Amino acid sequence: MSVFVWIETFAGRAIPSSWEALSAAKNLAEAIDTNLTALVFDVEAASIAAEAGRRGATLALVCADDSLREYRLETFAALLSELVKEHGPVAVVSVATNRGRELLASAAGDTESGLISDVIDLRLEEGKIIGTRPAYAGKVLMELTSNTATTFITIRGRAFPAPLPNDESALVIEEVAPIPAPAAIQTEVLDFASEAGKVNLSDAAIIVSGGRGMANNPAVPPADLSGDEANIWKAKDGYANTLTPLAEVLGAAIGASRAAVDAGYIPYEHQVGQTGKVVSPDLYIACGISGAIQHQAGMRNSKIIVAINKDSEAPIFKLARYGIVGDLYDVVPALTNALNKRLKS
Amino acid sequence: MTHIVTFTRSTPDTAAKVWVNSAGEVTWGDVATVVNPWDEYSLEETIVQAKNNGGDSTVIAIGGAFNDDALKHSIAMGIKNALRLEEPGADMNDSLVWSALAAGAIRKLGDVDLIIFGKESVDVGTDQHTYQLARRLGWTMLSYVSAILEVDHAAGTIKVAKMLEQGKQVIAAKLPAVISVMKGINEPRYPNFLGIRKAAKAQIPVWSTGELGIQLPCAATSALRYMNPPGRDVSAEIIDGENIDAKTAALVERLFEEKVL
Repeated sequence: MSVFVWIETFAGRAIPSSWEALSAAKNLAEAIDTNLTALVFDVEAASIAAEAGRRGATLALVCADDSLREYRLETFAALLSELVKEHGPVAVVSVATNRGRELLASAAGDTESGLISDVIDLRLEEGKIIGTRPAYAGKVLMELTSNTATTFITIRGRAFPAPLPNDESALVIEEVAPIPAPAAIQTEVLDFASEAGKVNLSDAAIIVSGGRGMANNPAVPPADLSGDEANIWKAKDGYANTLTPLAEVLGAAIGASRAAVDAGYIPYEHQVGQTGKVVSPDLYIACGISGAIQHQAGMRNSKIIVAINKDSEAPIFKLARYGIVGDLYDVVPALTNALNKRLKS
Repeated sequence: MTHIVTFTRSTPDTAAKVWVNSAGEVTWGDVATVVNPWDEYSLEETIVQAKNNGGDSTVIAIGGAFNDDALKHSIAMGIKNALRLEEPGADMNDSLVWSALAAGAIRKLGDVDLIIFGKESVDVGTDQHTYQLARRLGWTMLSYVSAILEVDHAAGTIKVAKMLEQGKQVIAAKLPAVISVMKGINEPRYPNFLGIRKAAKAQIPVWSTGELGIQLPCAATSALRYMNPPGRDVSAEIIDGENIDAKTAALVERLFEEKVL
């Protein structure tokens, strides 16, 4: 009857948003009056489980088998489904990362259980778990409940707090055996190119984002470029030499509008919006972004939005808490300077 | 011959305003629906992969007749066959029901070894049905694919690049497989005149559990209600000052007061 939380790990450590999932799961367990069980599938499971204990888990089911060194959906889903069948938890919680989404959906499928994905709020009403989640890219919210004995839940990153760990722990660790994946399914990781060091948009507390206005860079492109190619050069130079310094002062991630991505100014990984990433940082600085409805869908839940745009009529000013009307190529360097001064004083 | 299947559905346009009306229903007024924007990439990839291998391609939608618009758009782009699955009275938005219908159709088609999805549906905003279909079929699942590097239908192998939050992976796997593809994997084509004519004439077969010879599970989830999100506090302050330095210094002070720095 316990609440399970899957602690997602990467390179032998828990990913930070896993502790948000643990905190959401702990609150749920307390409301139901049951205990919290952390699931850790990693060769470094013991130290990760110990931290889960200091954060309120009373039981950890751990598997440190070498077959789990590399995350693969088939081995992880086989083990999670088996543990759910064996223990019958009332809920299974994880954060809605790429892996969390596929793993919990797979295990919910295997066990014919209900899944409420990407929730921003969880509550208990007459014994039923009710999750609130965005639909239509956040233009609408919906409340869902599950009709099955176990409810799988993925939480949206940054929607739940992650309190600091205590010194005390009442954790009991139980080792479980891995379940071999069906022979029919075989995947093998051949190569991995890390993007460590870059700030991840989904986890970022601050995002500095550039739009179509990035092409208005006064820097002069090489003489052999003209038209679209010259604009692409100017925009890329702007992201690298105007937006990046601001992002570095703030420890921010770099975002972009769909217009900028589609024009080839910046890779798709940076796109914020309905067909990009949905983000909710504490501070979102929109530079040269008009604020099309499809962009708003991705960033309207930011705590404070700052708009920097030449056009005082741009829709982004209707969403912003603070605005500066002006050319981003004048305003952003001045803002970077002002921050440098203020942060050093 | 290889046979590649993709799924799509009609959704409101990304630029459309969507809200909950006084009856508690989700509406987007009389704005026309479009093919789910993520599916433009999976449709394009299906057309290219089927052509590379001299194979067949089929697009499937699950749900009501409003999805025929998305199916016809898919044919106009170049998908060879379209088909719709509908079971009156079933909650086809529930992912367990959805994946049971989808698996039934894949088994009935019989010769499929690759299913290509877009990343998610922009309406319900989930991708859980893709994984649950792979589990029902017992097939390999490869999500967030940014490039298909090699497919060998004869040898039954596939190699893809996929995106993680922490970087990019290259994965080799066995067919049959279900994959979901990201924006940026290709440049979706626009339908041409011949395609549009073909789509206009297309008759789309509708299969239900009777044709598929399956029984559906109960819906595992229930939608209780829809709500408009709380409005934002739109008290925008346009920061003024003598010059750009004064304006940016004032902005920095405000951000410190808001405790976001």
